[in-house]
Amino acid sequence: MAVGKEIRLKIASIKNTQKITRAMEMVAASKMRKTQDRMQATRPYSQRIIKIIQHLATANPEYRHPYTIARPVKRVGLILISSDRGLCGGLNANLFRLAIRRMREWDAQGVAVTMAIIGLKGQSFFGSIGAQVIAQTTRLGDRPELQDILGVIKVQLDAFADGSVDEVHLLSNDFVNTMTQKPTLTQLLPIASADMEEGAKAQWDYIYEPDAREVLDQLLVRYVESLVFQGLVENNACEQAARMVAMKSASDNAGKLIKELQLIYNKARQAAITQEIAEIVGGAAAV
Amino acid sequence: MAMTIHVDIVSAQAEIFSGHAELVIAPAEMGEVGIAARHAPFLARLKPGEVRVKISSTEMQPFYVSGGLIEVQPQGVTILADTAIRAKDIDEAAALEAKRRAEDMLADKSGKMDFALAQAKLAEAVVQLRTLDKYRSNRA
Repeated sequence: MAVGKEIRLKIASIKNTQKITRAMEMVAASKMRKTQDRMQATRPYSQRIIKIIQHLATANPEYRHPYTIARPVKRVGLILISSDRGLCGGLNANLFRLAIRRMREWDAQGVAVTMAIIGLKGQSFFGSIGAQVIAQTTRLGDRPELQDILGVIKVQLDAFADGSVDEVHLLSNDFVNTMTQKPTLTQLLPIASADMEEGAKAQWDYIYEPDAREVLDQLLVRYVESLVFQGLVENNACEQAARMVAMKSASDNAGKLIKELQLIYNKARQAAITQEIAEIVGGAAAV
Repeated sequence: MAMTIHVDIVSAQAEIFSGHAELVIAPAEMGEVGIAARHAPFLARLKPGEVRVKISSTEMQPFYVSGGLIEVQPQGVTILADTAIRAKDIDEAAALEAKRRAEDMLADKSGKMDFALAQAKLAEAVVQLRTLDKYRSNRA
């Protein structure tokens, strides 16, 4: 029967799409579990280093590191973490929206922004709108290593050290739960005194080896690195979760569409049969 | 019973050791240090080498670290281990590489940001998402 050939083809094509989205959903679900484990695994390090920074703040150090000293803000550096791939709902778009909003505010205050970008999506977006990108790294895959992002971090740290930016911020997605990812802006440098539990200034100091400057240099660099790395790992978990949710709703929508089309197809077929019978009956009556 | 201190050894990618120990021996940059309970607050860089944790008089656990930091507080000892050997020139090379990639991308080096274009692009994405939402709620 020739009835509704187009509809049948359409249904077949949607079914194929649905197969793809369903497969992507399942892949994302299994990857999400792994990325979440990785996120848990990196937490102890950043928690410990934050604790040390807090200890340091309560101490009475003989030396104040430049990273802890605030200065008037004329230029800010931004480290932005985006995903390498799309098809993950509004994850990247929401993040970019926050970025643009903040950059507009800075722009209005006459503050210039230089960016360091991790991830392909951020690269293509901010590249196309002509943001000032001074460093980038892409295609880190699902198992990023700390070494992969050191270059990007160092560029911003150096910029802070030589005075070409006065603040460094990190922009990435915060993993709240599977359904919710929250774009978040965190100040990395100068290390905010709010993080440092003001108040209880004790009269003690560490014994440093080899000396305060060198040890603090390394400690504070590690601190920033660990925060960015934590952000990256977390963003990965966000990406998989967002993709899983997006693909699930895509599969569900495809299912609904198929149902509707099937109904239309059945109706059309039924109508054709009824008409045929009516014609036969009509023809027989005329004889 | 000898006095013990709490020891945590962590790297950026995993928790390596957490527990009580009688003594921790670490390869600080200026020579090995042994930390027992009630050590004064101490902060030092580590060089690549072996951290040994003496859990009891008979049990000693070795861990290899490729550099890092050690912090001693009255509450315990924290060792932040690096995951790879870090050298200044390697970091430098990574930074240059990241810069180069950014420069490759920026054919247009005007450095002037086009907020209107950004807004338009984002609006597009937002509209797409909103349409999807609407479509979904209509069908639900």
